[in-house]
Amino acid sequence: MDITRRRMLVLLPAAAVAWKYVQAGTPELSPNYKLSEHWWSMLIDIPKCIGCGSCVRACAEENDVPDGYFRTWIERYHVADWKIERPEVESPNGGKQGFPPNEISGGKNFFVPKLCNHCADSPCTQVCPVGATFVTPDGVVLVDKNYCLGCRYCVQACPYGCRFINPKTNTAEKCTLCYHRITKGLTTACCEVCPTGARQLADLKNPEDPIHEFLRTHNVQVLKPHMATGAKVFYNGMDGSVR
Amino acid sequence: MFKDIEHLIRLAVVIVVLLAIFVVLRAAVVPKSFGQYGHYRGAAIAEAAARPIAFAGHDVCEGCHTDVVEQKKQGKHVVVACEACHGALAKHADDPTSVTPPKLDTAVVCARCHEANSAKPKGFPQVVTADHSGGIACDTCHQPHKPKIEEQKAEVKPTGKSRTEGKN
Repeated sequence: MDITRRRMLVLLPAAAVAWKYVQAGTPELSPNYKLSEHWWSMLIDIPKCIGCGSCVRACAEENDVPDGYFRTWIERYHVADWKIERPEVESPNGGKQGFPPNEISGGKNFFVPKLCNHCADSPCTQVCPVGATFVTPDGVVLVDKNYCLGCRYCVQACPYGCRFINPKTNTAEKCTLCYHRITKGLTTACCEVCPTGARQLADLKNPEDPIHEFLRTHNVQVLKPHMATGAKVFYNGMDGSVR
Repeated sequence: MFKDIEHLIRLAVVIVVLLAIFVVLRAAVVPKSFGQYGHYRGAAIAEAAARPIAFAGHDVCEGCHTDVVEQKKQGKHVVVACEACHGALAKHADDPTSVTPPKLDTAVVCARCHEANSAKPKGFPQVVTADHSGGIACDTCHQPHKPKIEEQKAEVKPTGKSRTEGKN
């Protein structure tokens, strides 16, 4: 489209209105919620995960995640006895419809749910050229979709592959840790529906949270600790073959 | 002293005008809340929090459905939240009369968790549904809110080995 003077005259007010909208923002956070009093994380208990896919379906429904894209997904690992360093990993449609019976027998088989690790020193937020993605004061990595250019730097920067470009909005999208729920005192959609309690939302700044007792008494890991991302999704009972 | 000072003044004026344009444009274009918490738009946090919820949460369900709560307490499904099987029902919680949840097909819903798979934890009750029930709906024998079949009522019990069958 050529930018003629006439079109420019139409476009400029439209752009001005759009900016007004971006600047105005929406209502304040709920009055009882204080950003400085929380530091959110998640606990994933691998020996409890049954790979039912409830979390993946709930996430898609709660957050309008388009088909074929995932804010959370489940991987099934098969580690053969003689090649622990080369696990076979599959995730048919993100595990949304569960998993078909395992054809390979023997070895070690288990499920690993994955999601954004809400890193405290996140590489994805550091590469954003416009400040459209950030770690909130309560420890959640969010994307400002009104500000995102869709340049895909963050998608490449995430070591865990947790980001994608939404085909409708053409902006980066990822797990928000159900920010609209946790700020209202609810748990995330995935944790709400997990039938075995394999996923649990945790607030590290809340001294009453059972996470503290759990972290004291269990050997937990994060994914790719060598990346020093400050990942806050803790995995209990994680095999060394998990990538 | 400076006999050609006029061109310097002109240059200074141009610079001042450009600076003024920059300052005015920046003030107009950068959102007010940018930099409130860091190098991003602070209002984006409240925007993310403003999204409506789809899953009501089991506390809301239990406020009305007290009979089901009592039933669930007697079985192992006490730990399973209502919406894990019944789906997202915040709309039903807001308007219980006009929005009613669909009836579930237990042959599908139960199998999501209890279909045998070698990657599932060994202690988790799982069956090969084709062998276990031959495709008939699970609620023919099992009460989903209290799934253990009580012996005296179990006239149509198919094999009675649901907890051990199909484990690899």
